[in-house]
Amino acid sequence: MTILLVLIPAALALGAIGLAAFLWSLRNGQFDDLDGAAHRILVDEDRPKRSTDGRD
Amino acid sequence: MMTCCPVGPALDAASQFAGDLAPWVITRPDGDRELDLIIPGLCAPESIPLIEGALEQVPGLAAARVNFTGKRVIATWTDPAFNPAGIVEALNELGFMSRPFDPSHSGLDADDAQSRLLLRAVAVSGFAAANIMLLSVSVWSGAEGSTRDLFHWISAGIALPTVAYAGRPFFRSAVRALSSGQFNMDVPISLAVCLAALMSLYETFNHGEVAYFDASVTLLFFLLTGRYLDHLMRARARSAVSQLLSLSASSAMVEEADGSTRIMAATALQPEMKMLVAAGERLAADGVVAAGSSEIDRSLLTGESNPEVAAKGAIVHAGMLNLTGPLTVTVTAAGKDTFLAEIIRLMASAEQSRSRFVRVADRLARIYSPAVHILAATTLAGWLFWTGGDWHSSLMTAIAVLIITCPCALGLAVPAVQAVASGVLFRNGVMIKDGAALEKLSGVDTVIFDKTGTLTLGRPRLVNGASITAASLAIAAGLARSSRHPLSRAVCEAAKARGIAPAIVEDIQEIPGRGLSGLFQGGPVRLGSRKWCGIDENDGQGLPEFVLMRNSRAASIFTFEDELRGDAAAVIAKLKDDGLRVEILSGDREAAVRRAAVALGIERWQAGVTPQQKLAYVEQLKEAGWKVLMVGDGLNDAPALAAGLTSMAPSSATDIGRTAADSIFMGESLLPVLVAREVAIATQRLSLQNFALAVGYNVFAVPIAMLGFASPLVAAVAMSTSSIIVIANSLRLGLIFRQRPASAKVQQPDVPDLAHLERRAA
Repeated sequence: MTILLVLIPAALALGAIGLAAFLWSLRNGQFDDLDGAAHRILVDEDRPKRSTDGRD
Repeated sequence: MMTCCPVGPALDAASQFAGDLAPWVITRPDGDRELDLIIPGLCAPESIPLIEGALEQVPGLAAARVNFTGKRVIATWTDPAFNPAGIVEALNELGFMSRPFDPSHSGLDADDAQSRLLLRAVAVSGFAAANIMLLSVSVWSGAEGSTRDLFHWISAGIALPTVAYAGRPFFRSAVRALSSGQFNMDVPISLAVCLAALMSLYETFNHGEVAYFDASVTLLFFLLTGRYLDHLMRARARSAVSQLLSLSASSAMVEEADGSTRIMAATALQPEMKMLVAAGERLAADGVVAAGSSEIDRSLLTGESNPEVAAKGAIVHAGMLNLTGPLTVTVTAAGKDTFLAEIIRLMASAEQSRSRFVRVADRLARIYSPAVHILAATTLAGWLFWTGGDWHSSLMTAIAVLIITCPCALGLAVPAVQAVASGVLFRNGVMIKDGAALEKLSGVDTVIFDKTGTLTLGRPRLVNGASITAASLAIAAGLARSSRHPLSRAVCEAAKARGIAPAIVEDIQEIPGRGLSGLFQGGPVRLGSRKWCGIDENDGQGLPEFVLMRNSRAASIFTFEDELRGDAAAVIAKLKDDGLRVEILSGDREAAVRRAAVALGIERWQAGVTPQQKLAYVEQLKEAGWKVLMVGDGLNDAPALAAGLTSMAPSSATDIGRTAADSIFMGESLLPVLVAREVAIATQRLSLQNFALAVGYNVFAVPIAMLGFASPLVAAVAMSTSSIIVIANSLRLGLIFRQRPASAKVQQPDVPDLAHLERRAA
């Protein structure tokens, strides 16, 4: 049963990484413009990309 | 039928922002400057790179990011000396009108914060639920002794902080309800979640066999999902509405004593100020004309469809549209004395009387939540009696009852359907302000329409085009081309529709209240009123008219009528078929209202009604037990809109009309009124089905729980299944209206020929 001592923290850590990633993306404004994000993927990016600010 | 851009018709020339942008610029904590602009015309995704590319060319601008969902662009720069007017100009060159807005004042920020809080709580509880469920599975599959204790302790470690964090929305609401001496659905929710967590902790401490951590956290997860959906729907409608409102936030050009002019916000106007109103602008305040003469379109205020002449001394009100010439207006009314303020007062008192409506979910909660508590208490007492004072097992059973009966599916039943419904309606051009509006709409049995701007498009159309020669029409269009008068525009449109190019007319002059004059091939031509052209005035039919004079002889007479919305007749017929009582309540002249009523087949109509009378009539119908849907657009409709059980306004309505209405429909079609009602009825049906499913589940599960057979496994499975069934049932609404668009039911070509109907009526 000692394998539990490894597996349970590993399972929890993986879950926590997912949660942290979601909270990070939420804070970063990735969920602010859902419609726009869906369309942007189809836009040809043929102009030089300039640095954007953190709000993205 | 549905326009892509919701605010299209709401835009007139006066909407373009011309003021100082400085007050709208936000300085961020890191010193960068930011300007948020709304672009109402943004509807094609191809515009995103176009706009961002163009704004990158603006020198000094650090970054510009389009938010397509919110039809906004956020521009940032660092140099304090940068003039943001360049951004508006760049957008203008692309053909986009834009308006600055302050996210913190429009209420969008608060909405965003609330929705993020809920989403975070959903994420946290989802994470916790998944992990605790995994551990629970291990316990159910036979973990024993110290291993089971370990799993319970880990579950407790995840569950307790989750309950404390993600449960806050429910705890707050429950405390608020209890402190005002009321019960709501959140009271049993909070009780069940907290009791289950604490009891499980106690069990864990004493090496107990069962713990309810999974049930407690899964419950939170499902309930939060429902709450988030509910919030999302309302936030979407609110952001659309606040976009519309910010568009009409008007400014005025003010002339100072020294003759200089400046632009200021309409709210800052004071009596005695001199306001300059160019042709094509809306008035920003009440006042008296001090100089100039023009024609004024007052249809939004009174429903009167014909423009009126305003010369020196005429009294004008905010919201009227100045058509033909520049005016200087001395502001007279400010604060509480304006016509506008009077309307707002009426509206506010009407709204108070309306707030008595109770949503089905809340009505159920009033019965349901005491029932839950009584059941749990009965179980506790019964078990205490039965087992002879075994507190432990009695309390465990009582908690199981609380968890099983917890309105998990009930909490999802309505928000899930309404979220789907608002999506369906949005695609059909209707924005609903909140879920209660859908419930009210489904029970409506009377529909009252305003005429001008609601049943009609609020703009005249040439009706006797067939009897006018191509040559006359060409000359008339040549004269009318330069004029903003609605009748002139109708002439141009008629010429365009017949493929006639406007003739070249020189030396055109517009005389407010009379008409247009000019020179055609060297001879004088005139287009204007009968009186001005010297023709017998008694000959008309009471419709607005233009006479075309060529070489001092009347060449032809143009007759106009306010054009009905294309599918109005078909929509009215369908509403009547469905057994609804349909009426017209208009401020316009009797002849015009009668014509519209006859054309649409509406027997009950009233003309020349004041805002107060409209309000009184709607109140009277309500007293008599009718459930009134009021559809109107003008200031004069606003109190009636607020008084009706529910109300709709076209997006071209005044901002007060849009604020007063429960829902807003877009485009030139009247069909959204019909669609909204159909979707509302389907929504209500599905909500009730969901309630039935949820209650049915309880009828089945509660006896099991009361008898003490509800193991944590049964509780968790039963609860999740009922929630998933309810969500699946809600999604059917989207399927119903995808396969069979509500609009397909109305036969479009059924619109009767107006001229023909008129003959029949006469």
